[in-house]
Amino acid sequence: MYKLLLCWRYLRTRYIALASIISVTLGVATMIVVNSVMAGFTSEMQNRIHGILSDVVVDSHNLEGMPDAEWQMKQIREVAGPWIEGMTPTVVVPGMLTFRFNGRYVNRQVQIVGIDPETQSQVSDFGKYLQHPENRRQMSFELRESGFDTRDHQAGPDAPERPEMAQAGWSHRKRWARYQQLMRRIDEELDPVAAPAAKPGAAPPSAAPADPATDPDGAPLPVAASDPFARRAKVNEFDPAKDQHPGIVIGFALASVRDHEGNDRFLMLPGDDVTLTLPTAGVPLKFIPDNFTVVDFYESKMSEYDASFVFVPIRKLQELRGMIDPRTNIGMVTSIQIKLKPGADAGMVRDKLREAFRSEICGVYTWRDKQGPLLAAVDMETTVLNVLLFLIIAVSGFGILAIFFMIVVEKTRDIGILKSLGASGRGIMGIFLSYGLSLGLVGSAAGMVMGLLLVRHINEIADLLGKLTGRPVFPPEIYYFYKIPTIVVPTTVAWIVGGAVAIAVLASILPAMRAALLHPVEALRYE
Amino acid sequence: MNDHLIDGVPIVRETPAAAGKTHGLKGPPLPVPSRRSMPPDDGPLARPARGNASAAAGGQLAAVGLTKSYRKGPVDIPVLRGVDLGVRRGEFLAVVGSSGSGKSTLLHLLGTLDAPDRGEVHFEGRRIDDLPGRDRDALRNRHFGMIFQFYHLLPELSTLENVLAPVMIGQSIWGYLRHRAKHRAAATRLLELVGLGHRLKHKPRELSGGEMQRAAIARALVTSPQLLLADEPTGNLDQKTGLEIMEILRSLNRQENLTIVMVSHDQAIAERADRVIRLVDGRAEEQG
Repeated sequence: MYKLLLCWRYLRTRYIALASIISVTLGVATMIVVNSVMAGFTSEMQNRIHGILSDVVVDSHNLEGMPDAEWQMKQIREVAGPWIEGMTPTVVVPGMLTFRFNGRYVNRQVQIVGIDPETQSQVSDFGKYLQHPENRRQMSFELRESGFDTRDHQAGPDAPERPEMAQAGWSHRKRWARYQQLMRRIDEELDPVAAPAAKPGAAPPSAAPADPATDPDGAPLPVAASDPFARRAKVNEFDPAKDQHPGIVIGFALASVRDHEGNDRFLMLPGDDVTLTLPTAGVPLKFIPDNFTVVDFYESKMSEYDASFVFVPIRKLQELRGMIDPRTNIGMVTSIQIKLKPGADAGMVRDKLREAFRSEICGVYTWRDKQGPLLAAVDMETTVLNVLLFLIIAVSGFGILAIFFMIVVEKTRDIGILKSLGASGRGIMGIFLSYGLSLGLVGSAAGMVMGLLLVRHINEIADLLGKLTGRPVFPPEIYYFYKIPTIVVPTTVAWIVGGAVAIAVLASILPAMRAALLHPVEALRYE
Repeated sequence: MNDHLIDGVPIVRETPAAAGKTHGLKGPPLPVPSRRSMPPDDGPLARPARGNASAAAGGQLAAVGLTKSYRKGPVDIPVLRGVDLGVRRGEFLAVVGSSGSGKSTLLHLLGTLDAPDRGEVHFEGRRIDDLPGRDRDALRNRHFGMIFQFYHLLPELSTLENVLAPVMIGQSIWGYLRHRAKHRAAATRLLELVGLGHRLKHKPRELSGGEMQRAAIARALVTSPQLLLADEPTGNLDQKTGLEIMEILRSLNRQENLTIVMVSHDQAIAERADRVIRLVDGRAEEQG
């Protein structure tokens, strides 16, 4: 009883000891904040990665691809059928994206993904990241009339407006076509000699944009068709106001730039035409361009993906690359994406498929394997940060140790008195251990409250810091989130608080033992 | 209250019944009085031992050939060179000596706060200086009361809490809380007895020297000990206050049959005891 009473009195009268636990409080608070933010980031990132990647991917080692996707999928189903929910074949090749912006051609290196619009959304969250509500429901490579989101549907209510998206769709395309026609007419009147080259419907394969004046703003790069005989006729009838090229879905960061205020400036809109240049299958490689019409944007918020992926219909890509066997009309694919049933173990399915498929031809990966280095890096960052922050708490443990030694010295005579009254060394030790325990509890409880409050208001705090320092803490053009994502994991919080309390108790053991071992007579004589 | 301060004796006389109950010292004479505020006695003294009691025959407390020396660097400085001493039950013994003669050391040895180099200490016929630490703690807590020259109250606790400290130390949390009201009532009664009934909530720093020493006496008595060890109880007080304290001790000794061993360098104070022993050259000499 006297232990608790004295411990309580010391707690209330020794403010220096309370000061010593401020570091515990700060350490606990920062650890909670860092862990919550890191957990938020990790989970957000994993969702994004997992959103674009299906659970398990069978990848061909060769850009030529693997023959006969149907047959491959049948084989996969035989091996791992019970765990598989859906599959879709894809063709992935690197290529170049060319579009016009402000009268200039812009080239971008991209990853071209040929997908089956029917099944792609079944194996991944692909559909959720599109900008047109109808496309989110059922993906289509046909250009929509209008009705694209003018606001980021994945962000909260305070995401900035995207007013340009209101015009996107056929209306934009028609306006653009009219404008192009107008420009051509002006050109014809100004310079009748050069006009035939740019006359609508005439676009011959050799008509490279030698004269920029004849190539109106926004016009696609005129390209030679891969199959001159089949395409010539088609191109001849092409009217941009009514017709569209094969659809293409462009990564959001390819199609726009984000300014420092978080507003998106679009380089193109759905309805514009772009050109893809891609390598054919077979040896020697040839590079062929073809026109596509932007039908939607893809915004996964993984900047790595948003700045490199474009999606086109798989059949079109196979045709362009010559991946279709003319006798059987079956195309080749470079990968097969597999979605597993909920609860199925991706690693186990991967191992089963690895056994069944020869690894020289294709590799089997889970989505984690694919992004292994990134996830591992984030994990390591979290661990290192935790170690560092825990060291801060450990340092504060030494502060407690020092101050406790001081208090024990200051209380030497009291310790002697208690011993003369019959208190045991164990009891004296108990006073200081429970003192350390209560300091630890007070400190880490305060730290917990502070940390949780910080996490809750982290965006306001980041904004405030940004205003004070004049530069945003969380620049939206770098991070594709408008808000700092946080997740508070109760077990993590419990571990942090428990660890801090344990450190406070450990730090008080030595002073407590010293107090317990004090000789009563010497303690009583102590002045 | 000053009336009480001047003559401490009437305090006890006024409330003989209460005092008797509080101390329980008028109860069964031997070997251990029944204790009201204590749990059943399981201490080392529960079993009356009839061992080596040659020097302590009939006495309550006895020292046999106590020697103690302190180490100062490489040399041992002997303080006690074989002290023999016997204290009878209900006796008021004063030990005098010049400063540095080892009075306090002797008292610490008797109170088991320190261990002698050689020699034995006996209490109620049992050797106590070689008991294990836990038993000595229990002995000090339940059977000995101690008061000091510098009062030695705990500055963080109020007067009442200081008096209750030995009870809290001797009992578990639940044991104490179960009888909390009773303990507080007993402690309050003791404080009233020494004339501090109006100072219960005061911290020691708000009390005068005399008041602090009274509180210390109340604390020493709260577990109803058989023996009071007093180390220069008046050494830090002016003469008048010192005499008041002596009156309180005197009356406790008379009324409650409390055995008191008091150490003092003041011959005049020591004269008020039943018997005076002088420490000379580390040995005890009976004084007239």
